[in-house]
Amino acid sequence: MTTDGRKVFASGNEAVALGVRLARPHVIAAYPITPQTTVVERLAEMAEDGSLRCEYMHVESEHSALSAMMGASAIGARTFTATSSQGLLYMAECLHYASGGRFPIVMMNANRALALPWSIYGDQRDSLSQLDCGWIQVYVEDAQEALDMIIQAYVVAEHPRVLTPVMVNLDGFVLTHTYELVEVPTQQAVDEFLPSFQTTNKMDLAAPTNMGFTAMPADYMEFKFQQHRAMLDAAEIIAETDRAFGKKFGRPYGGLADGYRSDDADFILLTLGSVTGTARVVVDQLRAEGHKVGLVKIRFMRPFPAAELAFLTRKAKAVGVLEKNISPGYEGTVFTNVNSAFLNAGRLPLVLNFVAGLGGRDISKADIAQMFEQLAAGVKDVPNDRVIFVNLQVDTYEQSDAKTNHGEEPQPARVLLRP
Amino acid sequence: MNRPKLQPFSRPKHIDGFPIGTCFDAGHLVDTNAGWRTETPELNPGLCTGCLLCYLLCPDGVIFQVDSQLAIDYDFCKGCGICAHECKAKAIVMQKVEL
Repeated sequence: MTTDGRKVFASGNEAVALGVRLARPHVIAAYPITPQTTVVERLAEMAEDGSLRCEYMHVESEHSALSAMMGASAIGARTFTATSSQGLLYMAECLHYASGGRFPIVMMNANRALALPWSIYGDQRDSLSQLDCGWIQVYVEDAQEALDMIIQAYVVAEHPRVLTPVMVNLDGFVLTHTYELVEVPTQQAVDEFLPSFQTTNKMDLAAPTNMGFTAMPADYMEFKFQQHRAMLDAAEIIAETDRAFGKKFGRPYGGLADGYRSDDADFILLTLGSVTGTARVVVDQLRAEGHKVGLVKIRFMRPFPAAELAFLTRKAKAVGVLEKNISPGYEGTVFTNVNSAFLNAGRLPLVLNFVAGLGGRDISKADIAQMFEQLAAGVKDVPNDRVIFVNLQVDTYEQSDAKTNHGEEPQPARVLLRP
Repeated sequence: MNRPKLQPFSRPKHIDGFPIGTCFDAGHLVDTNAGWRTETPELNPGLCTGCLLCYLLCPDGVIFQVDSQLAIDYDFCKGCGICAHECKAKAIVMQKVEL
């Protein structure tokens, strides 16, 4: 039996806490931050009531939380921490440290906007700004996937060919605080799927090691190559782990990227995280009206599913990248990554970038339906600007100002955003 | 004196021979610190009273005893000058290193 059929009504954060308890970590350290707080509250309660036997450390900051996780991992312990937004950036130095040290830490990140303006609401600019820090990044769609991916994350992170930390991303509030029915696997099934952590990358009295050392220019690059290769290998291990998880627990998630009604679709939207659920509903509605639309859920941003995305969208005339992110002055980072994947695959469909949901703004079904309309229209008449801010509440045309025209003819208003 | 021995890192031919992450046999020392010095402490045994203040204060632990006389391990002395500054008998003097 992989499940005793036990379903609980849990928020995304609570589902994560249940997954963490099933994974039997030795050490947990975290600093509370909205909207991550309830996950560490639940874990603290579990440690207190004895249902989770672990060392629960109180730390004074996110930087210390991740540092403590590295110290624990360096004696071969299984570790967990969680953060969000400003907290993630505060531990940015340690993110590189943990991946470079090859410590297979699992961390939950509640995706939240970055200040300024100050905001506690959800977007994905926190984790997407940290794509280069050497962590595996997965984005989940619902609370069940959150619980399941915590368990899968340890299998992937601790795999000898991977030894790389994993960040499990949940959209702030939309996932972290929304209650759903979640099936909880049995401890026995999880123990069978996730054996105890074994590593030689640790301090050991029987075989003493130096850890966290310097490398001079003659050797440093090889360490980074190794990390790069481990991340590429992780793509295979992630797919393998997901298949094995699906077989054991009945819930496969499609590995790095998962298509939905995308096989014959002319217009495909690429999504990340919880908005995928809304987009599925819109795809179903438009399909019912006879439109050949589909979506592809990008599950992992690192390793990036380049070949998978090129394959899953192979028949599409136009592809939209919907992301809660912007790299100011250029475009969304997901869009950049997708275009690079298409270029490497020798495929150049029309690709539009829908920047939406910044600072927690809702992305409605109507917004998504309009994105599909823009993709269809874009094939016939390619827009000048492929980066589209969705649902801005104001005009963005530059206002003609009579005083600067020095008596010349008033200039027509032009689009502020250039191609 | 029990100092770690220098061992060159024989670079493996294949990437698989590299340590996974920054984890390697303890005590594997590949380099000395002699090149860090711009000044070198010189000890005058005739003035040394054997108070061991230099031994206690040396941040790198490079001062040691041979047959009741003090000596300095120049492989690992970084030339900070704390020993000369603290020596009340002026038995240690910093000398400029000719570059």
